Amino acid sequence: MPQIPMAAEPILAIKNMSITFTSPDEADVEAVRQVDLTLTAGKTLALVGESGCGKSVTARAILRLLDKSALLPSGEILFNHGQGTVDIARLKPDSLAMRSIRGAEISMIFQEPMTSLSPVHTIGDQIDEVIVLHEGVSPKKARERTVHLLDQVGISGARERANAYPFELSGGLRQRAMIAMALACTPKLLIADEPTTALDVTTQAQILDLLRQLQDDFGMAMLFITHDLGVVAEIADEVAVMYLGDVVEQGDVYEVFRSPQHPYTQALMNSVPHLRRKADRQRLSPIKGTVPSPKDRPAGCAFTSRCPYVFEPCAGTRPAPTEVGAGHLARCHLLARTKMEALA
Amino acid sequence: MSTILSVENLSKIYTLGSGLFGPSRELVALNDISLTVKAGETLAIVGESGCGKTSLGRCIIQAQPATEGRVYYHPKDAAKVELTALSKRELKPWRRDVRMIFQDPMSSLNPNMRVFDLVAEPLRIHRIARGRELEERVYDVLAKVGIPSDAAGRYPHAFSGGQRQRIGIARALVLDPKLVIADEAVSALDVSIQAQVLNLLDDLKEEFGLTYIFISHDLGVVNYIADRVVVMYLGHVVENAPTDLLFERPRHPYTEMLLAALPVADPTRRKGRSTTPRGEIPYLGNRPQGCPFHTRCKYAQDRCRSEKPALRAIDGTDQMAACHFAEALELQGAFEAPQKASA
Repeated sequence: MPQIPMAAEPILAIKNMSITFTSPDEADVEAVRQVDLTLTAGKTLALVGESGCGKSVTARAILRLLDKSALLPSGEILFNHGQGTVDIARLKPDSLAMRSIRGAEISMIFQEPMTSLSPVHTIGDQIDEVIVLHEGVSPKKARERTVHLLDQVGISGARERANAYPFELSGGLRQRAMIAMALACTPKLLIADEPTTALDVTTQAQILDLLRQLQDDFGMAMLFITHDLGVVAEIADEVAVMYLGDVVEQGDVYEVFRSPQHPYTQALMNSVPHLRRKADRQRLSPIKGTVPSPKDRPAGCAFTSRCPYVFEPCAGTRPAPTEVGAGHLARCHLLARTKMEALA
Repeated sequence: MSTILSVENLSKIYTLGSGLFGPSRELVALNDISLTVKAGETLAIVGESGCGKTSLGRCIIQAQPATEGRVYYHPKDAAKVELTALSKRELKPWRRDVRMIFQDPMSSLNPNMRVFDLVAEPLRIHRIARGRELEERVYDVLAKVGIPSDAAGRYPHAFSGGQRQRIGIARALVLDPKLVIADEAVSALDVSIQAQVLNLLDDLKEEFGLTYIFISHDLGVVNYIADRVVVMYLGHVVENAPTDLLFERPRHPYTEMLLAALPVADPTRRKGRSTTPRGEIPYLGNRPQGCPFHTRCKYAQDRCRSEKPALRAIDGTDQMAACHFAEALELQGAFEAPQKASA
C-alpha cells in the first residue's frame, strides 16, 4: 500500500505581505502588494519577473535587509525554525532574534559576488567570521569547517584557496565562495538573488548544478530569484511570476510552463526566443508598451495597461487569486469569469 | 549573395604591464581571424566573456587598430577598400556605411545632449544635411525606431532602457548605413523589451536592406536572428557555420558545450548532470598549447595537446570547424525533435 506522504511543514510562509516605500516629499509607493508564498524543505521556489517587479525587495524583506524607508504595513512572514514559529515581519531588523536568524538559519547569495564580498579580507576569513559569530567556535575549528565547505562547493585546493582574496578568483569561483559562506551554518532557507545572471552560460550551468546537488545534501528550502525563464525551468519545483508588485501566477513549475493561465505569464513566455530551425522560426510577439512606474499602477490588475484581453473590471477591481489547477493560482478576471460560467 | 565585408588573418595583441614593474606581457585577444560577411545576411559572433568578440567588432569598425591582418569593405558598386590601410581622414566616408550599436545605451549616449541632437550629430559631422532637411531626416528615423517626435527635446535619462536602445539604433541608422555591428545590443534589456527590439532590428533590416554583425553571448537570441554563426573561444574562431547546421549538429566540442549549457524554458527538458560543462575558461594570458579548448574538452586526445587545429570546411559543406576530430565526433545539437520529413 502506498504510504500517504505527510503534508510537509513549510519552512517559511509569507502571508498577505505588502511592502511600502515612503518618501518625505512624495506619495508612498506600494512596491509589493499582498503576496503569499510558501517554502518547503528540499524544494525550490523561483520568483520570476522583469526588473522592478518587486522580486528582490520581497527577498530582502525576508531577511529584513530593507532600507529604513521601507515599511511592512501588513502581512506575516512566518519562519519555522524547529522550535516553533516566529513572525519575522514583527521582529526589529537589528534585534538579537533577527540577527541570529540572518546568515545562520536564513542566508542569501547575491548577483555580483565581487561587490558582496569584502575586497580586503581573504575568502577564508570572511567565511570563518560567519561561523565564529553564529556558533561561537574557536577560529581554528572554524577554519576547518571553512576548508570543508570550500571543498564541498567544488573549489579545488581549498586549504590554499581559503587564503585568496576575491580579486584573485574568477567569477565562477567567487560565486562558489559566496555559496560556501551562505551554507556555513547549514541554513534552513537559502535565498539566491540572480546568482547566475553575471556569469557565462557554461559557468551558470555549473553553479545551477552545484545548487541542486547542495540542496540534495543539505535539504534546505531555496528561494531562487531570476528574470530568466530558462533558469526557472532548469532549477525550480514551484514558480511565482511577479509583475509590478503582484504575484500574478504561482504553482508547480511543470504545470505553469505547460499551461500558463495569466496573460502576463503567457506573454512573457512568448517573448523568449525558442531554438528553432529557420523554416520554423516565428516572429516574437512582445508585450506592447513598457512596465509603468509603481506610482501609476492601476487600482485593479497591475497588467491592465499592457494586457491584450483587458475588459471592464480590470482597471478598477483587483482580481482575486483563482485556483486553475491543484495549487496553481492566477490573479485574472478572465479566469474568475470562466469559472463562474462553468459553475452557472 | 555578394560579400560586403571580409576579414583576413586579423590578430590583436594587447601589451600589458609595460611600466616600472617587470617586463611587459602580451595578451593575444584575437588570433588569426578570417571571415566573410555576405550582403543582406545576419552574422552572429558568439562566445563567453573574454573570447574576443567585442575586440573583433572594434577592430572591424576601426575603433582600435588591429595588430596584424586586413579588413576589407566591399561597397556595392566600387572596388573593395582595405579599411585597415586607411588614415583617419580617409576612413571618414566609410564610417557612414559601417555603424555600430552598443550594449549599454546609458553609457553610450551623451547625457547632456537632447535626443534630437544625439540623432542629428552624425548628420552634422558628416555634413550631410542641415536646416529643414536635417530636421526631417531626424524625425523620420525617430519615427522608424518608434520614438515619438514630441520626445525629441528630452534628455536620455528621461527614457527607459528599451527606448534608449532605440535612440542608439536611430543614431546608427540616420546615416543610411549598409553594415551595422550590434554589440550585445539586447543583452541589458528585459525579455519583453528585448523581443520588441529584436523585432525592430528585423523590420529595419528589411526596410533599409541592412547587413548585421550581431555580437552576443545569448544563443537563444542568436538562433532567432542569425543566418550564420561564428563561435569564438579564447581569441580563436572555433566554428563558423550556417545557423541551422550549427544548432542541428555542431562540429566543435566547444559549441556542443555551449548548447548543452543553455537553459531551455521547458522543465520537461531539464539537463542531466552528464551535460554539465567541465572546467573554467583559462586566463587569456595563459592560453594552453595546441588546441585552445583541450583543457576542457571531453574528447581531447594527445594530438590536441600539441598540435593546433586549423579552421577548415567539414565534409565539403560550408560548415567550418577547428577541431582535429570534427568529422568523427557525433556531437549533440540543440533542437527538440529531429527534422520532420514533410512540412
